[in-house]
Amino acid sequence: MSYFTRRTLIKGGTAAAVAGALTGPALLDWAKAWAQSAPWKPEKDAQLSILRWKYFVQSEDDAFVAIMDSFTKATGVKITIARESFEDVQPKASVAANTGAGPDLFWGLYSLPHLFPQKCLDVTDVADYLGKKYGGWVPTAVTYGKGTGNKWIAIPICYNGNLLNYRLEASKKAGFSKFPTTTDEFLAYAKAMKAQGTPGGMALGHASGDGNTWVHWCLWAFGGNVVDKDDKVIISSPETEKALNFAKAMYENYVPGTASWNDAFNNKAFLGGEIHWTNNGISIYVAAQNDPTKKQIAEDMDHALWPVGPIGKPTEFQVLFPLMAMTYTKYPQASKALMAYMLEADQFNKWLTASKGYLTQCLNAYEANPVWTADPKATPFRDVAKRTLTVGGLGSVGEKAASAIADFVVLDMFAAACTGREDAKGAIKIADRQLRRIYR
Amino acid sequence: MAEIAYARVGPKQALGAPTAWNRLKANHNWLGAWFMLPAAAFLILFLAYPLGLGVWLSLTDTKIGRSGVFIGTENYEWLWDDSVFWLSVFNTLLYTIVASAIKFAVGLYLALLLNENLPFKAILRALVLIPFIVPTVLSAIAFWWIYDSQFSIVSWTLRHLGLIAANIDFLGDTWNARWSVIFANIWRGVPFVAITLLAGLQTVSPSLYEAATIDGASAWQRFRYITYPLLTPIIAVVMTFSVLFTFTDFQLIWVLTRGGPVNATHLMATLSYQRAIIAGQLGEGAAISTAMIPFLLAAILISWFGLQRRKWQQGESND
Repeated sequence: MSYFTRRTLIKGGTAAAVAGALTGPALLDWAKAWAQSAPWKPEKDAQLSILRWKYFVQSEDDAFVAIMDSFTKATGVKITIARESFEDVQPKASVAANTGAGPDLFWGLYSLPHLFPQKCLDVTDVADYLGKKYGGWVPTAVTYGKGTGNKWIAIPICYNGNLLNYRLEASKKAGFSKFPTTTDEFLAYAKAMKAQGTPGGMALGHASGDGNTWVHWCLWAFGGNVVDKDDKVIISSPETEKALNFAKAMYENYVPGTASWNDAFNNKAFLGGEIHWTNNGISIYVAAQNDPTKKQIAEDMDHALWPVGPIGKPTEFQVLFPLMAMTYTKYPQASKALMAYMLEADQFNKWLTASKGYLTQCLNAYEANPVWTADPKATPFRDVAKRTLTVGGLGSVGEKAASAIADFVVLDMFAAACTGREDAKGAIKIADRQLRRIYR
Repeated sequence: MAEIAYARVGPKQALGAPTAWNRLKANHNWLGAWFMLPAAAFLILFLAYPLGLGVWLSLTDTKIGRSGVFIGTENYEWLWDDSVFWLSVFNTLLYTIVASAIKFAVGLYLALLLNENLPFKAILRALVLIPFIVPTVLSAIAFWWIYDSQFSIVSWTLRHLGLIAANIDFLGDTWNARWSVIFANIWRGVPFVAITLLAGLQTVSPSLYEAATIDGASAWQRFRYITYPLLTPIIAVVMTFSVLFTFTDFQLIWVLTRGGPVNATHLMATLSYQRAIIAGQLGEGAAISTAMIPFLLAAILISWFGLQRRKWQQGESND
């Protein structure tokens, strides 16, 4: 094995191809050698259970299971995998943290570990090891991993890029040969699409992924912020009001019913041909490709980065998937070994490829993975980790920011303003009060 | 038997010194207390302790994964000014009152129908139970599709019949969403009311109806003066349960709307869950749960004292 080291594997973007060739006995040899040399030695008779979010791309989960299997073969550590929908990972993790019993590892969303930082295993050594080896972490991953503290409480495995999905032909017909790049153009686009009977829409129900993504993008694009860098609540501002007015104008050009949408609604509606643009991960595209009856949708759609608002720089908000080990685990060394193993090039490159663009790396070296260039429609997702802001905006990613997002404060503010239940000022007032409570 | 055994033991004990211990050993109340201990422990462990813990949590600023400190009534003071909380109280009351009233009316009607001599009576009675048998989450998912903003079967049918031009926005509009979840709850709750009332109806002696018919009572009079009075104890029990189940409903709302749109269908139970478990504010969530108790107590008191005020129902003669 000495003639190809892990370092050479990632060189030149051929990593996945080479790693792909590593199968069967060769892979097992590699995994065993890794287990021998890794800084973390699993405890005797160690067993791990991991709870992850339920996949949207089947091949991504298959690759995940393959990684777990090869880890078991290499180290003898048995792994039990449980899956829960996006919304249910957090309650399960919260209850486990509170009772001190449950799965050893949780793979969740956003700043989940910061809801109970003192219950998460210190994984600074794993993060340093990976960062050094794979070209460093993107800055937002460091923020999510450490929060305001000095130690890493979770390993930011990857982002799930949430970008604009749009139908090519309908957009062209509406006069947009390429997707709008500014908020003004975006509004004009929404209007034109609605006018010709091919409207789109973005979720305003309690959709943790799609809903939070677009309202935070909107708030930040106009210079609004939940808190300043000292976690002082500053939601009540003319900028927030502008963002709400923009969102209301957009909402008037959505299909009816977006106020009830959760994360799955826009996928169904887009694949059903009911909407012609929305915000989502790459899962709609992958689903369309996999379904022979939806092939023409896959061919007639593309992805675009979020338009830039008056603030003049990208204000995207992407879903991070952090992996944390709980302090109550009996096998901290095995947990750390697994975390490191998952992000080694031999595993992660295959995983990225299998996820078809649904997952985006937080480690710079993996930008060279061929998944980002093989299909140009996946390329925009390559950069989401670098463009995103973190939960809490200017403020810390700690438990307060996690609480605010989990209680849908910003999302409800937008929904109240868009549906006309409150005017912009009234909606801000309600949000302001709730935020002050959370950030007291 | 116990008295006889006691009488026999009595003289023997009189031979020994009448110590306090001997007297205690022979004391039925003391022994009885011991026999009740398992039941009491059970009640304390599984009922009183969680309830007490909930109330205690509501007086602290506990968060998930971190124990809190006592902060008095701060959580309640905060909720007092919280428009979302009051909206959830309004939603819960509306949901409970409308759904329970309709469930009672429809359930009673169904029970009366099923009490008649119909062909295939047994099968019909079993069929009525179906909404109640299906797990709530499953039926909620079915309703989720029925109410879908783009693919609703109701919208589709009405559109193809030419009755409406655009899809009905069942869950995206504030009031539509409220009525939609209420309807789903009614659909699910009617069988419980109907079958239980049917059981009550079957205990009414046919001879009463025969006598009334001979006296020339109309169908309405037979219902008003025979069926209804004899049914009131069952009604009290059924409606108490129905109100409690409806008031504390969670699954249906959570699957259908998660409290949206804009909190228009948040019940106290769902808001409590969202604040406590999802957002990690255990103390505040517990305060919302605790705030449900007075409403529930009031509901129980109304149905028991309102519907069971007749003394003869409790074995005494009527005034």
